[in-house]
Amino acid sequence: MQYSITSLAKQALRGHQGWPEAFRHPEPQKQYDVVIIGGGGHGLATAYYLAKNHGITNVAVLEKGWIGSGNTGRNTTIVRSNYLLNSEIPLLEWSLKLWEGLSAELNYNVMFSQRGVLDIFHTDGQRDEAVRRGNAMIMNGVDAVMLNRQQVLEMMPLVDENNGRFPVLGGLLQPRAGNARHDAVVWGYARAADRLGVDIIQNCEVTGFERDADGRMTGVETSRGRIGAGKVAVAVAGHTSQVMQMAGIRLPVESHKLQAFVSEAVKPCVDTVATFGVGHLYISQSDKGGLVFGGMLDGYNSFAQRGNLPIVEDVAEAMMMFLPSLGRVRLLRHWAGVVDMTMDGSPYICKTPVEGLYLNGGWNYTGFKAIPGAAWCFAHTVANDAPHKFNAPFHLDRFAEGRPVDATGGGPFPNHH
Amino acid sequence: MRIPCPLCGDRPLEEFTYRGDATVTRPAAAAPMEAWVDYVYLRDNPKGPHREHWRHAQGCGSWLVVDRNTVTHEITQAAQARPAGEVQR
Ligand SMILES: Cc1cc2nc3c(=O)[nH]c(=O)nc-3n(C[C@H](O)[C@H](O)[C@H](O)COP(=O)(O)OP(=O)(O)OC[C@H]3O[C@@H](n4cnc5c(N)ncnc54)[C@H](O)[C@@H]3O)c2cc1C
Ligand SMILES: [Zn+2]
Repeated sequence: MQYSITSLAKQALRGHQGWPEAFRHPEPQKQYDVVIIGGGGHGLATAYYLAKNHGITNVAVLEKGWIGSGNTGRNTTIVRSNYLLNSEIPLLEWSLKLWEGLSAELNYNVMFSQRGVLDIFHTDGQRDEAVRRGNAMIMNGVDAVMLNRQQVLEMMPLVDENNGRFPVLGGLLQPRAGNARHDAVVWGYARAADRLGVDIIQNCEVTGFERDADGRMTGVETSRGRIGAGKVAVAVAGHTSQVMQMAGIRLPVESHKLQAFVSEAVKPCVDTVATFGVGHLYISQSDKGGLVFGGMLDGYNSFAQRGNLPIVEDVAEAMMMFLPSLGRVRLLRHWAGVVDMTMDGSPYICKTPVEGLYLNGGWNYTGFKAIPGAAWCFAHTVANDAPHKFNAPFHLDRFAEGRPVDATGGGPFPNHH
Repeated sequence: MRIPCPLCGDRPLEEFTYRGDATVTRPAAAAPMEAWVDYVYLRDNPKGPHREHWRHAQGCGSWLVVDRNTVTHEITQAAQARPAGEVQR
């Protein structure tokens, strides 16, 4: 069913009892042209673009739990392309362009809201860095605006303007950035892929790979039996190492956890996405009124989807420095997601040493915004057995070749990115 | 998480800094490039028992080798790090 004002009116008259399911729940077939492992945003969007852009519709997405149960359903939904390096800006800006038309394209409201992302700075060094980043963006055709202290305080009146230790000097604003509804992105891509013939199979964990005598991928072993595949595409975020290990591939990845927090609902008071340049804190406000915020990684390898208290304390302290008037707002919930941190902070969207096996992973804590653009490029890579120029820098061999894509200069320490 | 430092006893997580996998070993200077790439970049990243380096930075300053489960966070052993090659514990 096409969602429209007419279908809405019709269903309203029927008391909303007649809405059909958004996508099918098929039994797995014996053989697919492409099997995608992981029903997060990246896996589902890849299936959609394979069908839509490349006419490959005999595709299954295998998800071990329910779709969106991984990081796509756990993230703080910031969408931006305010990156620094010429190797990364084109991919993220392409993604942002796709976001701008996504609700219409998918016929599903992903609630993309271009409320801007504002990075506030507090030292001269940070200002220099912001100018450099802003110029890099502008040179790549991305919108970037430098705000002075007064303009920042007008946009974010709750910011502590009297902080003597960390005065607000200004901010770098990307007006076209913003956020979106995470679940809607999952459901929207799932429904759109399903309508093009893609099978979305939940509660189906991939437990092994099947390869022919030449080592080429021929299928996967799953908790619901063997499924044959011409090509296999992996998009499993925090479990990238575990899945790729089944194909004998050791990766430049460590799994870490990142926490997020939501407060009780309050009246609208933060109408952009703001980051505090001291330590690490970022905040936005959901349509329901909850303040959504987060900080740094917990910092050590972990597959536990729960956070530790030192980061809670750290984030609370940063909040008291940044927006002290929120000090008495109560925390409603907090959680953690397992993120696949890489050795340079950048992802892998590439072919692998195994023929017929492709990887989209290593998204660190930055892969939500990238879903449309990266999945678009990943589908291109799978369909053509070669990368698109936007994802060409993001291959596994870059370390051996001495070409890491390391914007922070953190070096081969995943918890420093 | 509390880490049992062999010198200071059980201490809270905030006092420690993390370095990472303690099982990777530095190759000889003349080792082939692949061995170096492997050492610097590739990790097993196990889901379960993990042997890792921590430093009691806000305490005695020791480098520790800690056996910790990456799913449950249970710590089964913590010992002072020793130069490579020397028998550990
Ligand atoms: C707290 C937090 C905040 C974040 N904030 C932001 C943000 O503001 N902006 C941003 O851009 N990014 C953010 N991120 C990062 C972003 O959420 C991820 O990079 C992105 O969602 C990854 O999408 P994905 O589809 O690759 O992974 P996921 O959504 O995790 O999907 C992977 C799926 O694979 C499944 N799977 C795993 N193993 C198997 C198997 N063997 N068989 C079958 N299925 C399997 C999992 O169940 C999971 O559903 C944040 C992450 C976290 C944790
Ligand atoms: Zn100690």
